[in-house]
Amino acid sequence: MQKEAIRLTGITKTFGSVVANRNVHLEVRRGEILALLGENGSGKTTLMNMLSGIYRPDSGSIEINGVPVVIQSPEDSKRLGIGMIHQHFKLVEVMSAADNILLGSNQEKKILSASRFEKVKAFCEEIGMEVDPKKKIYDMAVSEKQTVEIIKVLYQGADILILDEPTAVLTPQETERLFDILRKMREKGAAIIIITHKLNEVMAVSDRVTILRKGESVATVETAKTTIKELTELMVGHAVSLSIDRPDNDHTGTLLNVHHLSVCDEHGVERLKDVSFDLNSGEILGVAGVAGSGQKELCEAIAGLLPIHKGAILFKKENIEGKSPREIIKIGIGMSFIPEDRLGMGLAASLSITDNMILKNYHRSKGPLVNRKKAAKQAQSVVERYQVSTPSIHTAVRKLSGGNVQKVLLGREIDAAPSVLITAYAVRGLDIHSSYMIYDEINKQKQNGVGVLFVGEDLDVMLELCDRVLVLCHGEITGIVDAKTTTKETLGLLMTGAEGEAKA
Amino acid sequence: MNTIINFFFAAVRSGTPLLFGTTGEILTQKSGSLNLGVEGLMYMGAFAGFFVAYKTGNLLLALLGAFLFGVLGALVYAFLTVTLQANQNVTGLALTIFGTGVAQMLGFWMIQSNDGLKPIVNDSMMRQISDSGIPYLRDIPVIGKMFFSYNVLVYLALIIAVLVWFYLNKTRAGLNVCAVGENPAAADASGLAINRIKYVNIMIGGGICGLGGAYISLINGIGNWDNNCVSGQGWISVALVIFAAWNPAKAILGSLLFGAFTALQIRAADFAAEFSFLSFMTKIPSAVYQMLPFVITAVILIISSIRQKKEGNQPAACGINYYREER
Amino acid sequence: MKKRESIIHISKRPPLSNWKMATYYGLAILCAVLISSLFVILTGTDIVKFYQFVIDGSFKSDLSMRGLVRNILPLLITSLGVAVAFKMKFWNIGAEGQLIMGAVGATFVAFTFPNLPHGLLILLMALAGILAGGIWGLLVAFFNCKFGTNETLLTLMLNYVALYIVQWLRDGPWRDPAAKGFQKIPSLPKNAWLDQVGGIDITWIIALGLVVLLFVYFKYTKQGYEISVVGDSKGTAHYAGMNVNGIVMRTVFISAAICGLAGMLHVSGDATTHQLTMGVANGVGFTAIIVAWLAKLNPFGVLVVSFFFGLLEKSSGAIESGLHLSKAFTDVYQGIILFVILGFDFFIRYRVSLRLGSKKKNKELKGEAEQ
Repeated sequence: MQKEAIRLTGITKTFGSVVANRNVHLEVRRGEILALLGENGSGKTTLMNMLSGIYRPDSGSIEINGVPVVIQSPEDSKRLGIGMIHQHFKLVEVMSAADNILLGSNQEKKILSASRFEKVKAFCEEIGMEVDPKKKIYDMAVSEKQTVEIIKVLYQGADILILDEPTAVLTPQETERLFDILRKMREKGAAIIIITHKLNEVMAVSDRVTILRKGESVATVETAKTTIKELTELMVGHAVSLSIDRPDNDHTGTLLNVHHLSVCDEHGVERLKDVSFDLNSGEILGVAGVAGSGQKELCEAIAGLLPIHKGAILFKKENIEGKSPREIIKIGIGMSFIPEDRLGMGLAASLSITDNMILKNYHRSKGPLVNRKKAAKQAQSVVERYQVSTPSIHTAVRKLSGGNVQKVLLGREIDAAPSVLITAYAVRGLDIHSSYMIYDEINKQKQNGVGVLFVGEDLDVMLELCDRVLVLCHGEITGIVDAKTTTKETLGLLMTGAEGEAKA
Repeated sequence: MNTIINFFFAAVRSGTPLLFGTTGEILTQKSGSLNLGVEGLMYMGAFAGFFVAYKTGNLLLALLGAFLFGVLGALVYAFLTVTLQANQNVTGLALTIFGTGVAQMLGFWMIQSNDGLKPIVNDSMMRQISDSGIPYLRDIPVIGKMFFSYNVLVYLALIIAVLVWFYLNKTRAGLNVCAVGENPAAADASGLAINRIKYVNIMIGGGICGLGGAYISLINGIGNWDNNCVSGQGWISVALVIFAAWNPAKAILGSLLFGAFTALQIRAADFAAEFSFLSFMTKIPSAVYQMLPFVITAVILIISSIRQKKEGNQPAACGINYYREER
Repeated sequence: MKKRESIIHISKRPPLSNWKMATYYGLAILCAVLISSLFVILTGTDIVKFYQFVIDGSFKSDLSMRGLVRNILPLLITSLGVAVAFKMKFWNIGAEGQLIMGAVGATFVAFTFPNLPHGLLILLMALAGILAGGIWGLLVAFFNCKFGTNETLLTLMLNYVALYIVQWLRDGPWRDPAAKGFQKIPSLPKNAWLDQVGGIDITWIIALGLVVLLFVYFKYTKQGYEISVVGDSKGTAHYAGMNVNGIVMRTVFISAAICGLAGMLHVSGDATTHQLTMGVANGVGFTAIIVAWLAKLNPFGVLVVSFFFGLLEKSSGAIESGLHLSKAFTDVYQGIILFVILGFDFFIRYRVSLRLGSKKKNKELKGEAEQ
């Protein structure tokens, strides 16, 4: 009988006092795609990083092809035929695709020659993938970069593939193409692990699913014999009702008119093109789109962080162009933007919760000194109201877990009682319980007449929570639809720009 | 004509120690380490090179000594910044203090044991470091003097610069070095031995800086030991790295240009005498010539940041330590 | 795989309590002194005498104590200046040049208005020093904000530009005609000399004042708060409505201005011959970077660290004359201490543990291999 490609037994890994993985068991066979499913923070990436040699387990054993091994470094991992495609691409920007693909490969000629480009090209043709070997990484789109990553691990002879949330940056069509590639590799006998928290993708591509919850492996099931509902319950640990309230809107009046807005980024590239929409009082307007379609720029333009290139943004009929971010905060536009790395925008990681409370209004107190008394009170109330788990309000935000960081950020924004609330990726990295708490909080704001711009990733959630959904594609609005009557498929098509002429 | 040839000759001679220092620092920075200890490393090499030359009269041994002392100094830097993750700027500055101190302390001791007189290398050594040039070729008019009449170290510097250029741009090992300097996480994930690559390049880079020191103490000092011989040439080398856009081939031209500024101070009168329209040159204070390399480098630094080119910049991870389990 | 697993494991440590931190630093310093003492012994120097000279050189008499204080002050003030920029993670390596420009500015005022009332002249000189140093830093901040120019390299370059400006002044415009073959800048007129309080010029009062002022500035003021936010993340600061470029330029100006003030106090004070020379900064700007870093950018920490550095500097003279050692001897000693403390920092930030469990397993594996 053939041995499993990977067998993990009793893996435990701790970071300081935080247990990332506890007694995890997992096995992958050849010719199989295993989905590693779990909420953010459930320890999926940490677990896989122990296979790729980035981390080392505190205890437990790893068997590759039935042989116990110790993986001390990425080099060891590579030698064992393991290739990992990280969520944040590990590519050297200033080098060509070919040089990135060949990096770390031992069989290459010591002296570089132009033939290496041919070689990579030939290899790409052989495996049926396409990339320009001479193109520099900094000139590439995300999906191209991902292709380079995949070619790279295949070139290095990996037959055990680990992909960490590979679809986060892809359009549905690109995702389908990726899945085709994975299926083809499965046929060739590769063992594949795909990390994800998107259930429909699990159902679409995997043979079996291993579920991690709070760092422990709670179950392994066969995809064909399970349902989304069962997977969710395994992932969350208890039965969940997957419905979000959508209270009726009994407010009237428009808060924000965005009028033929165009915005350029710092390099002068146009990121938003001729975008027009209204945001009404007591409304949640969803913004959907593939990552990097202009969501960030839209938020930043409204918050006054990016200059308006063309068009106008009116807040209660008043043009906000030329106003400083500080003035915009003052008139009542609050923004909580959760970037991919969570910190770096919205919160200062090395500062305490208290100090982060006054980030936007510290300058309003009189005199040259900072008033920390009020800040401490506010911090205390946010910590209590949103159940932030922290040793104290003087703890640096960096030391909090992702979910708690988000609660602090959102709590502060809501505390400021804005009339327009912009939230981007508000539940990114949160467990389901906390997510629902945030949805509730956003709904409360809605009932108070706040206009909410909800930039999100999960289309199912957006269709349930929002009143209308605006879809962005390459910086243009491809549609604004009524969430009650639209299907996910329609949104998906709009996201790819397929229905470019849809009613705006 | 002679003025120009002599000037070129002087520029090459003054530029050579810079070429050593720059090539060494390029290698170091390409692997992701901003070593501000070049001045210290050159001092260490200057002493070691001189001392061995003084004691043995063998140039090869002297160069080996200078190289090894540079390697040793760089090893301290590598251990602190790579293994112990110490701040690179601060460690580099500490290395400058330490290296300068070591050379001056030992130099002082060397002077003391020579009854307080400046030590001078023996005649055979003097001959070895003289500008003897390449036989036959040196006799070609004009070209002979300009290209074939230098001391061995000039040619050594050129060969090393070309070799390092070839290594960084044309070999797989060099590509690996660049990957480490640009994105250590990517290099690590590709299975490259980051720490080994960093150690090796920092140390070889340090050794090359050490050779630059030996050039200063032996050639510039004409075989006389001077306790303050390096006097800022290490810092000019750091400047030259920027000027050369982290490319050893451009560093050859850059060191020639920077050497020309030094040569101009001395040769300004010749120029003025030969070409009357250049008589203003004697009026330019020598401070201006000395300042120019730094001003030009500063301007280049600013211009290249304005143009925001993707290439020819400082390696992206230069100055930042890499710790694999960062999260 | 036959390869043996390394038994040393390194992981990031949660921040230590203040007490533990102090203990670790105590250990680091102890280690540093032990290792550098070993160096002293290895060079064949009488270790007892060495430390006797270190102490005597600084504390023996009123005169030597005063010398010690004079040695500490420029370093202390410059380190404080550097710390301001470092708090914002702006790598100002240009303290040396900023100090020099401050001295140039002050000297310019003293030469141009020698006959102003003493108080006014000193005030004007201080202002000129602050402005000249500050602008020298501001230049870099401007390009950094506008184009993202690398501040480490640019400040480094400007150090030397400043140095050669002094040389140019010395050889040309400010050349002392009285000193015939010798190129030097004349001493400042007596009117431009700092007053003395307690036997030392008033620099010490200003320095101590600055320590307290900066402590309060960092910890309690809005500007100090802004510095920490910008230092943490420019994106966050921008988002919070702060004028990031304004804050960067203001902070770098303050940092450089303090260094400039140090330069003014240095030429005008009695530590030198009241004279602008090429050696006016003499590496203080570089040492200050190390001092600020070792002090973890805490103003009181800077006070303590620069005290020790000043002590070493001061004693180098005594060691030179007393033990017939090179002045550079103390540089080496200082270098070794720095290396050890820099290295020790690692053990404060990281935990090094032995993998005992796997070590056992390795032994078993090794045993198998040998059979």
